[in-house]
Amino acid sequence: MSKQSFSDIVAIIKSHQGGESIVSLKEDLKQPQAIIRTSQLESVARVLWETPSLYFDTLSCLTALDNGEKEGTIEVIYHLYSIPYEHSFILKVVVPRGDEKNLPQVPSLCGIWKTANWHEREAFDMYGIHFTGHPDLRRILLPSDWEGYPLRKDYKEQETYHGIKVAY
Amino acid sequence: MSSTVQYQYDPKHLKKSGEDFFDASMLQKHEMVLNIGPQHPSTHGVLRLEVMTDGEIIREVIPHLGYLHRCFEKHAEALPYNQIIPFVDRLDYMAAMNSEHAYVMGLERMLGIENDIPKRIEYIRVLVAELNRLASHFVAIGTYGLDIGSFTPFLWMMRDREYINRLLEWVSGARMLYNYIWVGGLFYDLPVGFEEQCQSFITYLKPKMKEMQQLITENKIFIERTAGVGVLPLDLAINYGVSGPVLRGSGLRFDLRKVDAYSAYPELEFDVPVGKGEMGKVGDCWDRTQVRVLECDESIRIIEQCLKQLTTDYKRTRDFNPQKVVPKKIRPKAMDFYARAENPKGELGFFFRSSGNTDVPLRCKVRSCCFVNLSVLPALSKNVMLSDLVAILGSLDIVMGEIDR
Repeated sequence: MSKQSFSDIVAIIKSHQGGESIVSLKEDLKQPQAIIRTSQLESVARVLWETPSLYFDTLSCLTALDNGEKEGTIEVIYHLYSIPYEHSFILKVVVPRGDEKNLPQVPSLCGIWKTANWHEREAFDMYGIHFTGHPDLRRILLPSDWEGYPLRKDYKEQETYHGIKVAY
Repeated sequence: MSSTVQYQYDPKHLKKSGEDFFDASMLQKHEMVLNIGPQHPSTHGVLRLEVMTDGEIIREVIPHLGYLHRCFEKHAEALPYNQIIPFVDRLDYMAAMNSEHAYVMGLERMLGIENDIPKRIEYIRVLVAELNRLASHFVAIGTYGLDIGSFTPFLWMMRDREYINRLLEWVSGARMLYNYIWVGGLFYDLPVGFEEQCQSFITYLKPKMKEMQQLITENKIFIERTAGVGVLPLDLAINYGVSGPVLRGSGLRFDLRKVDAYSAYPELEFDVPVGKGEMGKVGDCWDRTQVRVLECDESIRIIEQCLKQLTTDYKRTRDFNPQKVVPKKIRPKAMDFYARAENPKGELGFFFRSSGNTDVPLRCKVRSCCFVNLSVLPALSKNVMLSDLVAILGSLDIVMGEIDR
């Protein structure tokens, strides 16, 4: 077996999961992306992990990003890489931003790649994304009594923290 | 003089900022929670470990991070691409050149100028990056010796690292945080006479490497402390996403310098050492250290080849301008881009999202190798002796600046 191209990988996903698992494809980019329906993220990831001809054994990077209030969406981007085949694939899910009481929900991939554990905690810490099924979703870089999610575009820092002025 | 009080004490402020993971009132009779750090020499920075012990056996380790969080990713969203480079230095401050190299290569690929970079610049970049890799491994090996009780190697390694720091200071003006590699070029050409000085340093260093091996990896006490300790099986290593010497110590020949063949590396000859389990099992602490020691030899090989190229094929000329390809304005088209490179500690990745109409990234995420390598610690230190925890943590070679960002 050899390196699979982006369209080959998409075809394999479609044959396992059906076409409706993929919302859209961005093939003309330098690094093509597949936008996945959030509810099917885990099953698509499992196909990518389990299919012998794909063998995506590492999750290189997990990035969350905020598109701002105008678009009202948050994205989570997964960079997968296969060590034996040396091919890579980029998955993306787009969810509404939600608010403090109603955090956006994304299924956790901890059960497949353990790399996701700390990366998802970081995304929760910085963007307030709730990863459903995560075994231990706590803040990781910020103290646990910090308020707000700092990397959101509309973030306003709290005035004082334990009596110390926050803004400088 | 006005007397503005900046901080007024209140007993309420003494409350804990973070909840402990273990509840002390729920402990069983034989259990004890031990706190290590955040200020402890063996945690290599400000890392706090909450350790659940049963006598001298560790049942669980919970790392608490974030003491060195400096908001890199938030800062990066407010700065032009070229002004982020000094911040990148401060991520992994032991290997700033390598981090700069990774960052700059990512941006050059986004701009589409990666093939316009003159060969001399590529070789200088590889030369300084490999010097910095040596320095980083020296600190890793030296402080590891210190962790498990031998003081001499630390001083010897620091002595040799000092030569590298001085060489790099001569190149860039700074000892640790360089801002030397720019997008599209370099801050300045190598200083006159650098090649000769660097060559004489390499001649000096070669016999010292033998001494280092005798002093550390062949030392009986060192072998007793590390062989067979903290064995990381390969499947677990890959599933956790660890990279660099930790992954290679588990026996996989995987090095991004070979796999991605970036910069001048495809033209250079070097081997990728892997752990073979010579003293204990494959993937133990001794293997990880041995990989670092052997990588130092490979770095010396690369440096020698770079020096040869820089004094023959791509030698210094009067009209050489290292900033010739440096773009006036760094404004990539709107795209998402993930770039990665092999740092001394593993795979350092940068994820960029550019909007196409500003010089400022919309998002710049760091995939930190130490962050991922540290995440394997709780799995590695289940049911080990308390003194082995220090040996395992040291063998992962973490830098808190990169973990907390």
